[in-house]
Amino acid sequence: MALSQQEVLAGLAELVNDETGIAAEAVLMEKSFTDDLDIDSISMMTIVVNAEDKFGVKIPDENVKNLITVADAVNFITSAQE
Amino acid sequence: MRTLKQTQQREFTKIYSLGASRGSLTVTNHDIAGPIDSSDEWIRQRTGIITRKRAGAEQSLIDMATEASREAIDKAGIDPAKIGAVILATITFPYQTPSAASLLSAKVGAVNAAAYDISAACAGYCYGIAQADALIRSGVAEYVLVVGGEKLSDFIEPTDRSISFLLGDGAGAAIVGPSDHPGISKSVWGADGSSWDKVGMTGSLIDFRDGKTAWPTLVQEGQSVFRWAVWEMAKVAKQALQEAGLEPKDLTALVTHQANIRIIDELAKQLELPDSVVVARDIVDTGNTSAASIPLAMHRLLSEGLVAKGGYALQIGFGAGLAFAAQVVELP
Repeated sequence: MALSQQEVLAGLAELVNDETGIAAEAVLMEKSFTDDLDIDSISMMTIVVNAEDKFGVKIPDENVKNLITVADAVNFITSAQE
Repeated sequence: MRTLKQTQQREFTKIYSLGASRGSLTVTNHDIAGPIDSSDEWIRQRTGIITRKRAGAEQSLIDMATEASREAIDKAGIDPAKIGAVILATITFPYQTPSAASLLSAKVGAVNAAAYDISAACAGYCYGIAQADALIRSGVAEYVLVVGGEKLSDFIEPTDRSISFLLGDGAGAAIVGPSDHPGISKSVWGADGSSWDKVGMTGSLIDFRDGKTAWPTLVQEGQSVFRWAVWEMAKVAKQALQEAGLEPKDLTALVTHQANIRIIDELAKQLELPDSVVVARDIVDTGNTSAASIPLAMHRLLSEGLVAKGGYALQIGFGAGLAFAAQVVELP
């Protein structure tokens, strides 16, 4: 069964915390991965690959560069689940 | 009618010895941070590199390859005239022809050797070991000199933020020969040509001649390459271990291509290696030397006494192509 946006956000926040140590509560929908959370491109790709495993979705390389904010990622994953 | 004669096969091979040569200049992060609007801290955090070795104007690829090869030949204790093939993996020899290997063979006295270069970028040394193993076991050669050598600093752009700041210069050499026991496992190798453009040059030499591009330099799509280098190469490394009939706990060392410390560490994590396995991190003060990086890193582990002769090392090269090769070798 597809997860809700809130559930995807919570799961994604855990992955961000695992990779970077950033508190899960700080991973909010409007935050930018690069500008607000200071996540570099390599950590971003690690989070993407772990998100693929966790949520059972494919996030192709060409889509990764469009994931600017946490909301972009949550929306992509939510749509890809359907 | 006479019967065709074919060479007698040998059962096993091993690496007898290694040699190393690094660029004579030490280039710090401060030295190169300006043109990429960066800092020592940024470069360390993203690559693990503190300094990289680069060759001076007077130090050529052939100079470094010769120095490394002479060390390997001396340590092996063999007559260079007995070397049946000289294989030089490089992407930076500035002549289309003749080969760098041919010149190297003359420099080291390998007067009876076939000599050729291979272009498999950062996988080149492991490609060379695969070929040496096959040439010796088939009886075509008794000893093979395999060299990974690069003068990458001739093909960098100081303002490039994708790869240039990672790169160093050097050469690593190995003598491969017959053995009475298994010393090199079956190689797992290949190339994903569908990603040909993920790592490469900014233009062709024809475009440069015609004034359509500046001097071609190296460039990569770092994020895509990172995903491939960790998660796809973890599958290749596991397959190489399986072909060798070994488990992670049987290894003494993991010697990956020294691309970036983040790739090395994440790849090691994916392989779930026990703490007893030494992970080579020569990149920290040598930089990424493409085809030279694996023999340089292994040579350093041995010369610093971090691993002992006779243990097993999983070596895996990966890079432009996207070419890759992995095998388990007995440490010389």
